[in-house]
Amino acid sequence: MSDASGRHPAEEPENPLDEAAQRAAAEHEPGLAEELEQERAREAAPAIEETDDRWRDAFRRVAAGGWAVSLGAILLAVIAGSLMIIVTDEAVQAAAGYFFARPGDMLTAAAEAVGGAYSALFQGAVYNFGADTFAAGIRPLTQTLTNATPLIAAGLGVAIAFRAGLLNIGGQGQMLVSAAAAGWVGFGLTGLPVVVHLIVAMVAGILAGALWAGIAGLLKARTGAHEVIVTIMLNYVAYYLVSYFLATPGLMQAPGSANPKTPPTPESATLPPLLGERYNLHWGFVLSLLAVVVVWWLLNRSAVGFSYRAVGENPRAARVAGIDVPRATVSVMLVAGALVGLAGITQVLGTVTTGFGADIDAGIGFDAITVALLGNSNPVGVLGAGILFGGFKAGGSAMQAAEGIPIEIVLVVQSLIVLFIAAPPLVRAIFRLPQPGSTPKKKRSQTARKEVSA
Amino acid sequence: MSAATVDGTTAAPDAPRTLSTVTWKTSISLGVVLALYALLLVLAPHEGSARFALSTPTDFFQIPVYVVPGMATAWICGALAAVMVALSVAATRRARRTSVWVPSVFAAVLLVGFLAWAAAGSPRDLSVVGLLGGALVLSVPLVYGALSGVIGERSGTINIAIESQLLAGAFTAAIAGSLTKSPWVGLLAAMAAAALVALVLAVFTITYRVNQIIVGVVLNVLVIGLTSFFYSLVLVPNTATLNTTVRFERIPIPLLDRIPVIGPVLFDQTIIVYLMFVIVAVVWYALFRTRWGLRLRAVGEHPRAADTVGVDVLRTRYRALLVAGAVGGMGGAFYTVVSINQFNREMTAGAGFIALAAMIFGKWDPVRAALAGLLFGFATNLQNVLSVVGSPVPSQFMLMLPYIVTLFAVAGLVGRSRPPAALATPYTTE
Repeated sequence: MSDASGRHPAEEPENPLDEAAQRAAAEHEPGLAEELEQERAREAAPAIEETDDRWRDAFRRVAAGGWAVSLGAILLAVIAGSLMIIVTDEAVQAAAGYFFARPGDMLTAAAEAVGGAYSALFQGAVYNFGADTFAAGIRPLTQTLTNATPLIAAGLGVAIAFRAGLLNIGGQGQMLVSAAAAGWVGFGLTGLPVVVHLIVAMVAGILAGALWAGIAGLLKARTGAHEVIVTIMLNYVAYYLVSYFLATPGLMQAPGSANPKTPPTPESATLPPLLGERYNLHWGFVLSLLAVVVVWWLLNRSAVGFSYRAVGENPRAARVAGIDVPRATVSVMLVAGALVGLAGITQVLGTVTTGFGADIDAGIGFDAITVALLGNSNPVGVLGAGILFGGFKAGGSAMQAAEGIPIEIVLVVQSLIVLFIAAPPLVRAIFRLPQPGSTPKKKRSQTARKEVSA
Repeated sequence: MSAATVDGTTAAPDAPRTLSTVTWKTSISLGVVLALYALLLVLAPHEGSARFALSTPTDFFQIPVYVVPGMATAWICGALAAVMVALSVAATRRARRTSVWVPSVFAAVLLVGFLAWAAAGSPRDLSVVGLLGGALVLSVPLVYGALSGVIGERSGTINIAIESQLLAGAFTAAIAGSLTKSPWVGLLAAMAAAALVALVLAVFTITYRVNQIIVGVVLNVLVIGLTSFFYSLVLVPNTATLNTTVRFERIPIPLLDRIPVIGPVLFDQTIIVYLMFVIVAVVWYALFRTRWGLRLRAVGEHPRAADTVGVDVLRTRYRALLVAGAVGGMGGAFYTVVSINQFNREMTAGAGFIALAAMIFGKWDPVRAALAGLLFGFATNLQNVLSVVGSPVPSQFMLMLPYIVTLFAVAGLVGRSRPPAALATPYTTE
């Protein structure tokens, strides 16, 4: 849904141009008519005109494409984050006291603050240069992938609903019920064989997530209740329901404990580590990767996925084409809930196996929305965005520990990235990138026209 | 949920539009609620008598504490509620709409019955004044937030960012109020900060035509991040100078505040609460009785038509969002210059989303949205009060109640709730 409205605002229907050109010609304004004529030719022509210089073409193609906007957005967000670090850094504040006497001091202090922060971020997210061995140095990267595991799965859940025109804000609730279901099977059912136990727990969690989201789909399909409101309400209902289970002895509370926390997940129901006991990374990451492939296939190669996309693009047209819109709405929410449920079970059966509380969702349900937006609601994009945000999370904790910079700065940077990516014309204007299918001249004429009509 | 599934057979979403749409939604919803209530009474009988305290010591005259038998009262109230369900069924059978007073009386009697059941056997008095007064205070940010949503959405912009407006308002009011030691400056600063958040929403949704829900969701995260970041790094080390506000004093209105029950609840409050009633009325008047409101609603319903007759759609939407932001900011100021005297990380705790629900519950109407806000405040405070008298209901279920009520409401009771037609669609003047 973001695709249609946000990505190509520069594209215009041809008719207004034609009309305007005719009108201009009729009014004997040769200059304007000529310009409109050129503009029309440009729109008809392929986005990038071929010239002799192949490298130049390639550069322009990249600069006009979505990747340049994504990079620009990330750069802008990182600059904003740097400013926040500089403003709050004590050394910088001290040096700013005598800025006019020795401006160099403040700049050095600012550079040190920002450099230290981003170095800590990188070393916490990718590779720790201070480690003795390669195996220890690579540890942050595995932590990034561990963090990315639920983000990818939940991001897919949000993205697939997006493609069907539904905004699934209920990630928190879906994760909570799936975690509760999987966790309960994990420590409540004993005596199952090793692999069977794990599979039963996973199925229970995924089903619970699917059904919880399915409520929203059903209400939307049957009564037209807005899915945003329903999923938000279901978040709170799930939170208090799970809190009640957690606080009640005999339901989910660990025996002999007064805390609202479950017993640990038994060995037979945990996802085994992927790279050995040394790292936190577990097989849940592989499940998330599989989910990426499945969702890609579902969306791009299956009839069901086609119906989702058709409903998302234009429900009325989809209905005319014979697609059962209510049915697609319910089924896409079931799939979305199952994917968010996958995120819930990777948390409970993989990452947090020592028993969990009502904060097991760890904000992933909401982060997933930003992941899906950054990934442009396509599965491969979600994979990349999930790993990026997983890295931010891992690096942010390291930055907080090493430099004392609160981890919330990561929230700011993440949300700014998504905000800028959602508004490509803004990013292009800031970096003076060419608008797609146009030269800077056209951009000027467009804004000028907008001012006239506004 | 059962209401929803049964209903699907009567009102298919794309059925041809008829003038009178009488559905069984209301009757079924009421019936389901009544059945749940009866089930509660049967499964968890609660013997003893319930004590309702109506008076406070400063009243003109004292009303003695009412002592009623808990279970008997609960069943009598249930019977009255059953009469209401019957009335609703009868009206629907005669193809008439159920009038508004039927569900209202239904809710009121069930509430009294529920309170009698919950307080039965408790040695403590259930303070009706405490219940209502606390509810009013708790609903202040919800009402302001819902009004902010109504103004924005009536002009065609979905405002998921109410939460961020409240939070930005609370944060700024804390700093400005602490620096100047004046709650008024804090209030104004909160309005300005929330309007700034609304301006960002406006720039991205109106000028850059980004999906409105996306911007709203992202703004919430952004403001949580910004306020938490600066709270840890700036406010915590300088608590005395930057995060200790002077709160608004209560202003008892002479004589009126000594009327039993109503007096302490309505006429012994802070200026922000009084302002709330004024602003609900002002917003209603502005939206439905002024040229500004007419244009604003036209822009939200049919921007093309408004544009054709010369209304500047984009400017109208910008102004609407800025006003909405300022109103939302007043709700944010409640947290740091009325409720307590300092800012805490993420202190709004999802109130903006409840305000959003209140707005939808109130069908995009300022007065009804405010009433819905009061209802949610009441439900929250009910839990507080019942935990004092020692309620048999687990607190989590009481806390869950407003959300379940909203679910039922959006699915059934407010069936004809219709958002402004041009909501969520950016407007291009070409």
